Amino acid sequence: MSDVALFVALLAAATARGAAPLVLAALGGLFSERSGIVDVGLEGKMLAGAFAAAAAAAITGSAWIGLGAGIAASMLVAAVHGFACVSHAGNQVVSGMALNITMSGMTAVLAYAWFREGGQTPLLGGAARFGPIALPGSRALADVPGVGLFYGQVVSGHNALVYIAAAAVPLSAWLVYRTRFGLRLRAAGENPGAVESAGVSVSRTRYQGVLMSGALCGLSGAYLSIAHHASFIRDMSAGKGYLALAALIFGQWRPMPTVLACLLFALADAVQTRLQGVALPLVGVIPVQLVQAIPYVLTVGLLAGFVGRAVAPRAIGVPYTKER
Amino acid sequence: MTQAIREPAQLRLTRLVPALLPAVNLALALGVSAVVVLLVGENPIRALRDLAAGAFGSGEAVGYTLYFATDFVFTGLAVAVAFHGGLFNIGAEGQAYIGGLAAGLVCLGAVGWPGGLGIPAAVIAAAAGGAAWAFAPGWLEARRGSHIVITTIMFNFIASALMTYLLVNVLIKPGQQSPETREFGASTWLPRLQNPARAIGWDVGSSPINLATAFAVIAGGLVWLYLWHTRWGYELRALGHSRTAATYAGIRPARTVVVAMSISGALAGLMSVNEVMGDQHRLILDFPAGAGYVGIAVALMGRNHPAGIALSAMLFGALYQGGSELSFDMPALTRDIVVVIQGLIILVCGALEHVLRRPVAALLRPARRGGPRIRPRIGLRIGSTGSR
Repeated sequence: MSDVALFVALLAAATARGAAPLVLAALGGLFSERSGIVDVGLEGKMLAGAFAAAAAAAITGSAWIGLGAGIAASMLVAAVHGFACVSHAGNQVVSGMALNITMSGMTAVLAYAWFREGGQTPLLGGAARFGPIALPGSRALADVPGVGLFYGQVVSGHNALVYIAAAAVPLSAWLVYRTRFGLRLRAAGENPGAVESAGVSVSRTRYQGVLMSGALCGLSGAYLSIAHHASFIRDMSAGKGYLALAALIFGQWRPMPTVLACLLFALADAVQTRLQGVALPLVGVIPVQLVQAIPYVLTVGLLAGFVGRAVAPRAIGVPYTKER
Repeated sequence: MTQAIREPAQLRLTRLVPALLPAVNLALALGVSAVVVLLVGENPIRALRDLAAGAFGSGEAVGYTLYFATDFVFTGLAVAVAFHGGLFNIGAEGQAYIGGLAAGLVCLGAVGWPGGLGIPAAVIAAAAGGAAWAFAPGWLEARRGSHIVITTIMFNFIASALMTYLLVNVLIKPGQQSPETREFGASTWLPRLQNPARAIGWDVGSSPINLATAFAVIAGGLVWLYLWHTRWGYELRALGHSRTAATYAGIRPARTVVVAMSISGALAGLMSVNEVMGDQHRLILDFPAGAGYVGIAVALMGRNHPAGIALSAMLFGALYQGGSELSFDMPALTRDIVVVIQGLIILVCGALEHVLRRPVAALLRPARRGGPRIRPRIGLRIGSTGSR
């Protein structure tokens, strides 16, 4: 019995760790897309954030400076996206794809040239990396059956960025639904003309959304390179940006369902990792790749209206040009 | 329409802008890439010279350049056909992958087939496989209102998972570690162009340039015919300009979208003919290696016209071939710089077009009156609206 409990607890902990970068990136995408700007570029921003964070942490030896650099780099990429899509009415999907490809190449070039370790950044340790944090009381509760295991394994013992990701969820929901900024953001994505009539700049609001996405993707990327792993590896986001985008669509552009989708995708991945090569009763060995494909198949099904319906922000993807 | 009533001098200038824009775009993308090269601590001029030498320095290099360009012609045409209907097909990568699967299965099964039957069957299979993988997103867009960009992205990942599964678990050559199939029988290998090239005094060396390059030229011609000289092509372009007007004119959007996406996918699938049947002679993991994404850059830079696509595919073929030579001379610089150039070209041509178009037009013709926009608009509608 305790074996099962331990397995479940470890699975939950792995899910939390796997979901953190997805949650951060998907929430970033939420800010951008709710403002009306399609954000296919989550992947590229994550890569930029991951590389800048690892590079800065390797040079300064401080994980927090690394985090700042990661956020800054990702926001810079987001600003380019904003320049193309908000200021110049460029095609939002093309811009996002272009930035993904550019960043995939640029991070690899710079990592190789600056650190000469075959496209990696130096291994980080100590203060240059976010290590696990034992929350207060995890020791004291360790002997309490049930609670101790849950608190010690699932709640406590993650790195700082997992807790930041957890905090970002209610914070984002509050920002989007309970603040003036959020109201304007959502309005810019639904009916930009009305926002402009109310005397609020659509461009400004959309830039804010896009830059929020940059900041959150920077966090997500930094999580990958200086918290989850201990260095930047080329293309280390490995499709997580697209997975986060899928989660955002699956979550119907709403914070809580989006986070649940991230958790679902991360759980599928955690289960898949643990079941590799294990023969289950009745079904036998489940192929890894087919489990990995589940999120994408679900998203296709959702978009096609087979699994619920995805209702996108009405003005998404439509450049707003102010009447003159 | 408006162009016809303009005086000839102005007409020529209007044509000059689209012709000149790609050059300006390329210069800008190369300029930004030069900054990256400087950041790395190398000399961008020398890097460019190395690239050019690596791509065109010998008969063998040219052969490689054309071999890569062949891939990009197919994926570029695939993206362009969809573009003309206002559809953004990001799924050329997955379509090429599945096209390769279909071709590979035919080649593997063609043991003992009479010569001359295996190759056409495999080529048709490649096109059919790619078409099938694009038909689904096209149908979902047309009938279920799924946004094609998201669906094709998802289909790329599904194709990748499917192929990894098949190559690791099913198709792998027994008793082997690396996930690839056994070698196809030689009767399904596409002929190399060594001998015809030597006849005209061109030594292609060990470059894998093969008959698929000729197929690419034919495909370009057929796409040109389809887009500008058939009713289907007219309907597709009309749809790309204005869905409402096209529907009003009696064009059925759903059917047009599905047909165009299938053709687009078939073209992407044919890319695998060059790789799988022309060079590797087996199915290996991730053989498209990003060619589907290069197709986006090629189509945008070639302004969605087969002739432009041929030119920009040559450019990217040269970049890919030259890039692999780059690291011999400049150890600090990897060929990933080519990916940077590719991304920047997509950004400049596809997303920042309005930034450059006006200055370029102003440069050519100071007193410009508002002309018609000739680029099809890419519809962006995300989420399902149910059946329409």
